Amino acid sequence: MADLFEVTDLHLSLPDMTAKPLIGAAPRIEILKGLSFTLPEGKVTGIVGESGSGKSTLGRALVRLLEPTGGSIRFAGQDITHLPEPALAPLRRDLQMIFQDPMSSLNPRHTVGRIVAMPMKRFGRGGSRAEVAAALERVGLPAGFAARYPHELSGGQRQRVGIARAIALSPRFILADEIVSGLDVSSQAQVLTLLERLAAEMGLTIAFISHDLSVIRRLCAQVIVLQHGRIVEAGPCERLFDAPRSDYTRALIDAIPLPEIDPGWLGREVVQT
Amino acid sequence: MSADTRAQRRRAGVRLWLPGLWLGLLCLAALAAPWIAPHDPLAQDLMLERLPPAWVGGAEPGYWLGTDSLGRDVLSRIVWGARIALVVALIAASAACLLGSALGLVAGYFGGWPDRVVSRLVDVWMAFPPVLFAILLVAVLGAGLHSVILAIAIIDWTRFARVIRAEAMVQARMDYVHSARIGGAGRIGTLLTEVLPNVLPSVIALLALEMGVAVIVEAILSFVNLSISTDDPTWGSMIAEGRASIHFAWWVLVFPLVALFLTVLSFSQFGEGLKDRFDPVLR
Repeated sequence: MADLFEVTDLHLSLPDMTAKPLIGAAPRIEILKGLSFTLPEGKVTGIVGESGSGKSTLGRALVRLLEPTGGSIRFAGQDITHLPEPALAPLRRDLQMIFQDPMSSLNPRHTVGRIVAMPMKRFGRGGSRAEVAAALERVGLPAGFAARYPHELSGGQRQRVGIARAIALSPRFILADEIVSGLDVSSQAQVLTLLERLAAEMGLTIAFISHDLSVIRRLCAQVIVLQHGRIVEAGPCERLFDAPRSDYTRALIDAIPLPEIDPGWLGREVVQT
Repeated sequence: MSADTRAQRRRAGVRLWLPGLWLGLLCLAALAAPWIAPHDPLAQDLMLERLPPAWVGGAEPGYWLGTDSLGRDVLSRIVWGARIALVVALIAASAACLLGSALGLVAGYFGGWPDRVVSRLVDVWMAFPPVLFAILLVAVLGAGLHSVILAIAIIDWTRFARVIRAEAMVQARMDYVHSARIGGAGRIGTLLTEVLPNVLPSVIALLALEMGVAVIVEAILSFVNLSISTDDPTWGSMIAEGRASIHFAWWVLVFPLVALFLTVLSFSQFGEGLKDRFDPVLR
């Protein structure tokens, strides 16, 4: 299958305002130090790394919330690296994003219905009440939620609204930036199941950013491991888990917590043998 | 709903209706001044000078709050004074609000050079002592109601600009602003549909506060005789006149002062109440 994204030697640096001298430009911190990879169409690609590894910055560069300082990003054959906002506007529909914190990514003053409908209307993808209800139903929310405000929803429900907003546009690409890290375990599982189902149904191309390899393993076909703004390892998910080539990947795999149940927790007598 | 938010809600309720009652009464007095004022606020009668309020010995019936040193009815002058106070409050505060909020939003949201220009302008503006600045402006523009209004708007827009800039800066960094961009909104569209609704409660609270400030500034300018003509009944000029006779006719000073105090307090509390009411999290 063709590659939807082609990234070559991607560099991104941001000015460090805390170290800005009184006169002159602030020194720049290099966050992405030359990344090259491709994202195949119709697959879920995991991007993992510790906090500070540059994975969120990479994601935001892919959907062009940030402008790279070097290298190139090609989306569906088109170079979008330095595309100005007006030229980017028609592409925005295909570059969707689900945010980490659904509380701050949903405007507290708008109803759920309005939040979902506004992008649909802007891109001419409908946005009527029935279409919003259909979008909400696809993520397992009752149509009546359209009249509610974000603060009236639970964390898992809010994240579903975030997913509904993105998929309602039938985009070619969705960036999911740590979308379950703010949720409790059972909501996490539900949101992941939902995303898994939608990805399969709609043939979505997703970049799934996470620091949790167990989540990645469940969802992704291939994985990119980032450390300090460089790619440490990349490859198909199974190969990476079965035979990690770098120590960093191995350390991340070892960091997956496995359930260890002490029989005493369940109220049973511990039988000494 | 938790007990905490319920308590907050009740407080917001009291904050709304109590000041609302006084401000409503004031609006009524201002609108119906010709009919409800018992006397002509300008009619002088030296035979009736310095009559005490109705409940003090030696009062004349019909002069509820007494008369001043020229025999003018204090109650009537307060009622007519409400007209001037409210006109100044509404027009001057709204003008300052529009100008300051617009500049503050643009500066806070866009950052960069618009922010630098607006911020430096605010810094320079606030270096002038406000009351002296107002007096200077009115002296240049010529005394009169329109110059008082203009002076307040020209001086006090900085209050709005500073606060709204800071709020817009915070909002501009929120994820829902990014998500609006992802959702295809333009920069101006995002500013109007995402940022503005979130700073609106602060704008409204500040507007109400500013109305109180405008009433005070008008009173100060009347006090130093720079508002409208001395004859016209304004609370500031009444206070200025009452000052001369405070030892033997306290009511000439005290009643307009109480009206001024209640009005300014009501405006600020009403603004706070509205702010709470607009917060969907508390609603």
